[in-house]
Amino acid sequence: MSLPTEINVILATDCGSTTTKAILIERRDGAYRLVVRGEAPTTVEAPFEDVTRGVLNAVREVEEQSGREILDGERIVSPAEGGRGVDIYVSTSSAGGGLQMMVAGVVKSMTAESAERAALGAGAIVMETLASNDGRLPHERIERIRQLRPDMILLSGGVDGGTKSHVVEMAELIAAADPRPRLGSGYDLPVIYAGNADAREDIARILTERTELSQVDNLRPVLEAENLGPAREQIHTLFMEHVMAQAPGYGDLMAWTHVPIMPTPGAVGRMVRVVAERSGIDVLGVDIGGATTDVFSVFGGAFNRTVSANLGMSYSISNVLTEAGLENIARWLPFEMSDADLKDRMGNKMIRPTSIPQTMEELIIEQAVAREALRLAFEQHRNFAVELKGVQQLRTISDTFDQQTGGRTLVDLLNLDLIIGSGGVLSHAPSRAQAALMMVDAFQPEGITNLAVDSIFMMPHLGVLSTVHETAALEVFDRDCLVHLGPCVAPVGTGSPGAPCATVKARTDDAEWTHEAAVGELVAIPAGEAEEVALEVSPSRGFDAGAGRGVTVARTVRSGPLGVIIDTRSRPLQHPEDATERIETLQRDYHALDLFPESG
Amino acid sequence: MAHAYTSGLRVSPRTVVARTRRLPLSGQVLVDVGDRVRPDTVVAETHLPGPVHNVNVTNALAIVPEEVPGCMLKQRDEPVAKGELIAESKGIFGLFKSSVRCPESGTIEMVSEVTGQVLIREPSTPVRINAYLDGTVTETLPGEGVVVETAGACIQGIFGVGGETHAPIRQIVQSPEDEVTGEMINDRLRGRIVCCGSMITLDALRKLIEVGASGVVVGGMRYHDIGDLLGYQIGVAVTGGEDIGLTMIVTEGFGRLPMAERTFELLRSMQDREASLSGATQIRAGVIRPEIIIRSNGDEASADQASSDRAAPAGRGLEAGSLVRLIREPWFGELATVASLPEQPVRLPTGAFARVLEARRTNGALVTVPRANVEIVET
Repeated sequence: MSLPTEINVILATDCGSTTTKAILIERRDGAYRLVVRGEAPTTVEAPFEDVTRGVLNAVREVEEQSGREILDGERIVSPAEGGRGVDIYVSTSSAGGGLQMMVAGVVKSMTAESAERAALGAGAIVMETLASNDGRLPHERIERIRQLRPDMILLSGGVDGGTKSHVVEMAELIAAADPRPRLGSGYDLPVIYAGNADAREDIARILTERTELSQVDNLRPVLEAENLGPAREQIHTLFMEHVMAQAPGYGDLMAWTHVPIMPTPGAVGRMVRVVAERSGIDVLGVDIGGATTDVFSVFGGAFNRTVSANLGMSYSISNVLTEAGLENIARWLPFEMSDADLKDRMGNKMIRPTSIPQTMEELIIEQAVAREALRLAFEQHRNFAVELKGVQQLRTISDTFDQQTGGRTLVDLLNLDLIIGSGGVLSHAPSRAQAALMMVDAFQPEGITNLAVDSIFMMPHLGVLSTVHETAALEVFDRDCLVHLGPCVAPVGTGSPGAPCATVKARTDDAEWTHEAAVGELVAIPAGEAEEVALEVSPSRGFDAGAGRGVTVARTVRSGPLGVIIDTRSRPLQHPEDATERIETLQRDYHALDLFPESG
Repeated sequence: MAHAYTSGLRVSPRTVVARTRRLPLSGQVLVDVGDRVRPDTVVAETHLPGPVHNVNVTNALAIVPEEVPGCMLKQRDEPVAKGELIAESKGIFGLFKSSVRCPESGTIEMVSEVTGQVLIREPSTPVRINAYLDGTVTETLPGEGVVVETAGACIQGIFGVGGETHAPIRQIVQSPEDEVTGEMINDRLRGRIVCCGSMITLDALRKLIEVGASGVVVGGMRYHDIGDLLGYQIGVAVTGGEDIGLTMIVTEGFGRLPMAERTFELLRSMQDREASLSGATQIRAGVIRPEIIIRSNGDEASADQASSDRAAPAGRGLEAGSLVRLIREPWFGELATVASLPEQPVRLPTGAFARVLEARRTNGALVTVPRANVEIVET
């Protein structure tokens, strides 16, 4: 579908697993703004089995709220004429479980990891990563391939011109497993080969008969560099042509959209990249859902995405309990509760995932779980977002006592400029201050870091929109999507509790504050919400606020609902071991920040 | 708006239940439309491809991969027996030959001249699916399976563990409030579906497994008891494949929760009747709930078509007068009657705004509850 030359009215939808969200964007007074948002249950599953039903329902809600006529029967009117129709329609989708992939490579920490990065970056859930050195016997790999029914497989392995026997062997195992696709039975499973170019003929001979094979440039042509673009693009193409085409109703939906439908996480990742590139900053994005938590980051221009498939706030809440441990969840509760009771409550949330906290106690429990889910997801991300492994390093005499083996994490919290939170527990927290503190406790930022949330989960819509109209996407992102929660000032270093840590000066047009921060504090400078604040942080000797130990950092920031948060607690955060002392500390901090106004 | 949609669990004494019985791979349907089937009647079967074994012929014969095809004594698609020679090197002047024997019986699947691997696939294994219900075949899905239908009682639980089974029902408590403990379990419960009240202890569950009970249905149980029983915690509510010796169904939730009166009485009225039980639960899109289905013996009135699967509505109306279960603290587990459905969102004690309803609890108190925190009691 061709794009109109002038775009003034934009309709965007995100077809999620349970809800389809539609937004209407209009250009008013020279700027693109969000007009309304509508939603309706997703209709991929029985009894409807047609995604377009949910889309039409969500669009009807947009019509009702905006007063703009968008539908003509079951057709989206385009281009816009006067007060009717839209100029473009774009959509993302994660319905039906999203894009589920299996990846394979030769060396687990090299080509298999690069393949995993390519798949994750394209918005997929990686069900399994196979490698020649993954410790499994060939028949075990075949069994695993057969058990899983992925939407597609990405096969890589070997640098161009290198040995090809291992990657060919992996192809043989895939052929022997005769894998079937998850959706539909009348077509072969798509397999993308992005490995050693010399092995292409052999791969074609082995896999063409049993799979829908496509070949793209090697994603690791040399050890020192990744080339993930061609593989990612091919994943998107196949997602549209094969996976989406099999999902109920998507044939019609694909015909309605002006640009290809993107997997939801792929679109969010794109938006995070666009924001980082525009401002030349390091950004961390997180989307915590009911079943999964996605983490996106751009550090030094390198983009990474991880998906923690079983860390979530409802369907997977009990898995957070399993992975974090009960004591780690209980450490965030400013009251006592028996282990059995806490476990039962989480089990009950798992089996009734759509219920919401009605009492303050229940809200605090959910936010405690969120802290742990975010912390664990971030930990996984930190371990995955690393420098390329297997790269030869030049060493000098100065490296004698500091020999890294490669694969260092790219996550550098001292240089991180912005954390964007998304997902119900953050975006819909009863107070924005609660969202800010959940992120501070989970990510434990260092230096000066701005915090924000996606107001109504618009980043997928804006991500896919940015593929055709980046200006519109960024304008809406700045004005209507991002809610600033203010900066967190956290000088890092070691000191005894109560020892001087930093002098923090904050100045607005109307007021000025100076706070002598001591080690172990969690306080806020009440600068008023959304104020421009000139901030000056002078760390004590041995503490670093981002420019080196003892070096003053000056920055202009936008304050949030708590003003400017000052967090001089230890890194990593440690709670008093004694339960009574821990509860008292939490009650003191929460009370000082007025975090849960009615909890006493 | 005085009307809303919410999820609910079915507890119906008279309904029509249809279950699709589908093979994991294409196969053969063994029954016809109209056939009367019992829960253990095999309705369809297929053959799963056998496991694959690889033999590294290159290493075994100390040759390069390109030479492997020339050394094969058995070719692709040929059947081979365990221990049979499948490859032999040429040797030096016909002497000093090395050979490779087949590790398992099967068929040669592939001979690779790139990697030097030979793949052998074992014979396929049969997979059969049974009818699960005591009923009638109403539809056949060629090559895939059948639809089995029965008229009778249907009770959905909220969470289950374990697969499908069928056995007579035995209720062992007098009231939905009663707790089942270890000393109440005896050998007479072997091969029974044991129906309890508000709670069952871990000790009692272990004894039920010991005596060979087929299943257990209970209002509530401790979440961590399930982990103790399985040996691992269930992190995501996708169950049905566990093998602990019996199928468990929790009707209300985790904790000590009296079984809903209606469920309890229905099970009581079905004492000693044979039931089909499934613990399979999937709480994601495409939700699956555990269930107990008891075929009508003809004494009950005819099935209420309005509540049957064939007439299942997409969502059921929540309106003034609807009977609901409160599914979140502070009144978790209680029943209430909807008094009104205010249109505007209301501020909750947490500070969040949500659409709510006003409900009258069984003690007469009128309370405000988020609509997300009620479950309609379907009848």
